[in-house]
Amino acid sequence: MGSASTISRQPEVDNTMSDPTSRPPLVVGQHDFATVTETVARIPERPKTTLAWKLSFAVAASLATMFVVLTGYLFVTGVGIWGNNSPVFWGFPIVNFVFWVGIGHAGTLISAILFLFRQHWRTSINRFAEAMTVFAVVCAGIFPAIHVGRVWYVYWLAPYPNPMGMWPNFRSPLLWDVFAVSTYMTVSVLFWYLGMIPDLATLRDRATRPLPRLLYGLFSLGWSGSARHWHRFEKAYLFLAALATPLVLSVHSVVSFDFAVSLIPGWHTTIFPPYFVAGAIFSGFAMVVTLMVPAREFFGLKELVTLRHLDNMNKFILATSFMVGYAYLVEVFMAWYSGNKYELFTFLNRALGPYAWAYWTMVICNVAIPQLFWFKKCRTTPWIMWIIAIFVNIGMWFERFVIIVTSLSRDFLPGSWSLYKPTLIDFLMLIGSFGIFFTLFLLFCRYLPMVAMAEVKTVLPQAHVHHRHAAKERAPSELEYAR
Amino acid sequence: MNDNSHSPTETNSPQPQYVGIVARFASPADLLAAARQISAAGYSYWDCHTPFPIHGLDRAMKIRPTILPWLVAGAGATGALGALVLQWWANGVAYPLIISGKPYFSLPANVPIIFELTVLFAALTAFFGAILLNGLPRLLYPASTAASFARVTTDAFLVSIEAKDPQFHPERTAEWLRTLGAESVELCPAPEGDDAIPAVIKRGLLVLAVLALLPPLFIALARQHTTETPQEKPRIHIIKDMDFQPKYETQAVSPLFADRRAMRPRVPGTVPFDPHWQPPPEGFLTGKIGNEYLTEFPIPVNEDVMRRGRERYDIYCATCHGWTGEAGQYDGMTSRRARARGETTWVPPASLTGQAVREQPVGKIFETITQGMVREGVYSMPPYAVQIPPEDRWAIVLYVRALQRARAPYPEDFQDSAPSASASAANPAGVNDGQMKSNLAGEMRR
Repeated sequence: MGSASTISRQPEVDNTMSDPTSRPPLVVGQHDFATVTETVARIPERPKTTLAWKLSFAVAASLATMFVVLTGYLFVTGVGIWGNNSPVFWGFPIVNFVFWVGIGHAGTLISAILFLFRQHWRTSINRFAEAMTVFAVVCAGIFPAIHVGRVWYVYWLAPYPNPMGMWPNFRSPLLWDVFAVSTYMTVSVLFWYLGMIPDLATLRDRATRPLPRLLYGLFSLGWSGSARHWHRFEKAYLFLAALATPLVLSVHSVVSFDFAVSLIPGWHTTIFPPYFVAGAIFSGFAMVVTLMVPAREFFGLKELVTLRHLDNMNKFILATSFMVGYAYLVEVFMAWYSGNKYELFTFLNRALGPYAWAYWTMVICNVAIPQLFWFKKCRTTPWIMWIIAIFVNIGMWFERFVIIVTSLSRDFLPGSWSLYKPTLIDFLMLIGSFGIFFTLFLLFCRYLPMVAMAEVKTVLPQAHVHHRHAAKERAPSELEYAR
Repeated sequence: MNDNSHSPTETNSPQPQYVGIVARFASPADLLAAARQISAAGYSYWDCHTPFPIHGLDRAMKIRPTILPWLVAGAGATGALGALVLQWWANGVAYPLIISGKPYFSLPANVPIIFELTVLFAALTAFFGAILLNGLPRLLYPASTAASFARVTTDAFLVSIEAKDPQFHPERTAEWLRTLGAESVELCPAPEGDDAIPAVIKRGLLVLAVLALLPPLFIALARQHTTETPQEKPRIHIIKDMDFQPKYETQAVSPLFADRRAMRPRVPGTVPFDPHWQPPPEGFLTGKIGNEYLTEFPIPVNEDVMRRGRERYDIYCATCHGWTGEAGQYDGMTSRRARARGETTWVPPASLTGQAVREQPVGKIFETITQGMVREGVYSMPPYAVQIPPEDRWAIVLYVRALQRARAPYPEDFQDSAPSASASAANPAGVNDGQMKSNLAGEMRR
């Protein structure tokens, strides 16, 4: 297998054709169990990091450091350094929170829901998407925590017996949010880590240097591939998938309650939970494509993460784009149909008022541009889909901006109307949160198995018990990559 | 097949102590077929090791279904019930908050958190249940020393039979496994070392544990404050909160103005805000005229003022001096708690109904409320001028006089409806008003 020298020279193989008589291969190239391990495990085993990784990490880590420093500045000085002011008290921090927590939905969707539906193509991308989920939820969790003002009292959100005799208000959606996001974070990490234990054991068994051996050994918990262990492992994995499936739908529903349960025009609508969930899946898949296209290129994973995977994800993006577009239409329709003049004003103000530029950016990025995915050429050309995914990311950030800022800046009392002016710190902290995200992500790419090796092996034809002696029958020359 | 795979172990030790035998199979199908045979042969201490889960293997090995589903169901139910009880207790019983007139306890509002905690508990149990039921983390297996064991997480399909199985025999079992289609068979010598945690990790954990003790130790030292060893320095104040504010206090110096006074004088030409404002009667603000304490109230004395005084007294004074003003064993909450805690700097409140205060003129009592009481250079009572406006202070003085009169009545107080003309000049509190006196006497009984 000469793949080690052909990392960046892998050609694209089109496996997106539909043949009703046979299932298309989920992994292209002539892979067996050993080569799957080799392809994935050699990335964290590289003794030296590449220059591209070092440069990217330097940039990301600098931005993350800037975020940490700005957070310190915020704690010392107070939330006045942000542009949040009457009447827009939820500015960038909450926009960023909803943006990141939305992105964090694709990972668990791919892992859990597609697992329950036996969509085997998920095996190549689930680890990657789960990692993205965990890191996005980390970014999401920071913003409401630092938004509370006196952040050193953030533990008051937790219900615990205290000398003040106070308890949180359990009827508040903001508290539901605390429970939903922290539960989601915990379950995502458990799901990610449980699936990774067998792969960490692979890295442990292959490690030649003592430190990686020790660390991979610690975190693989002595996994030996015992059939008795696999039996409980599969049960636990199934349970986590079954639990995460309703959870992933609940989290963004609860986030939407933060808005829908209040009485602000443009927020107080029953469409919000499904609308938010669809938007979350939309943005999450776009982020997976954004990260996956360069990662499979740089790390030589094109045979495991095939064009068919990308094609499937782009179809998801197209479908959820329609759901989001439908929600935009229904909102406007309901504003008119309800006969509520405040509602109607809010939506006219969104489309024609001072934030019309944000509204139309949102519509163009989220509804118009993804229509390009009707063309198979766009769904299967990496650079095109990458650009479209970037537009979706931008559009979904603006969606949250439009929801939060337009509604708050024009509430019931015209006397308090005011435009929202974000400060430089607001922008730097938004950029800094991307720094945190990419720092964690680059570390993941460098030191952890990016593809679930054990799971990919189960979808190889050789893994099926009726496929006897498959590896033996093939001549060694066939193992070479077919050009 | 390759007999040399276990020959080195036999030459190394004259009396080989095997802990098990490992057979490698070429494919999942071969392993599955062999597992059925081994299971049928009645082996009990054996296992298969595979790089990924193989469907049907658990049935072939007759692995009993795990108890995990029941644990997860139990944990989910616990989470749901716990969340319900928590919300009922917190918002329905312990800390009822009125929110938009909603009921304190209503199920629909509790559904999200019930759901989240159900998922959280069940997920944690699924994860830790699987790990712990599997006996992980674990360092060694009977098959650990086999050469093929290193490839089990890549592409090796292994069967391991432990030496403690009653049917185990080094040669016969090996031969039998070969007939089942094993590619290679290895006998596993006892692993060197033991299952103990490596000393490096032990030491590292010990150092971490000691380091982790340092912060709480410092906090404990800083907070140490007992009656025997009162702490001189204030407690550690990490978060300044609102205790230290960037503002000027009363009488502070400011470099901003030429006269260096932070408090600015009245702008010339300004007039009082209240158009009906009158200068107060003499002694109204200080309780004395010149150096002479007032002996008469500078405000009208009537039942309304008395009620007001009682209300203010109960708010500001009773917390130390007690409801009756007697102090001593009848002192108020603050004083009682200070005594209970053995506060060394606490000065017990004076009795307001004792002779010393009874003989004070009203102006003197007013001055004490206004300026506080300094004894040996420290406030034994803080000044209340900031909290209580002057007219309320006079009302309190009036009520204090009534408390004194109730504690030490004059002889004429016991004669029913006998308005006395000889009321003491120093004690004019409604004494001339028989109607009012009997009303107060009724209210005085608590």
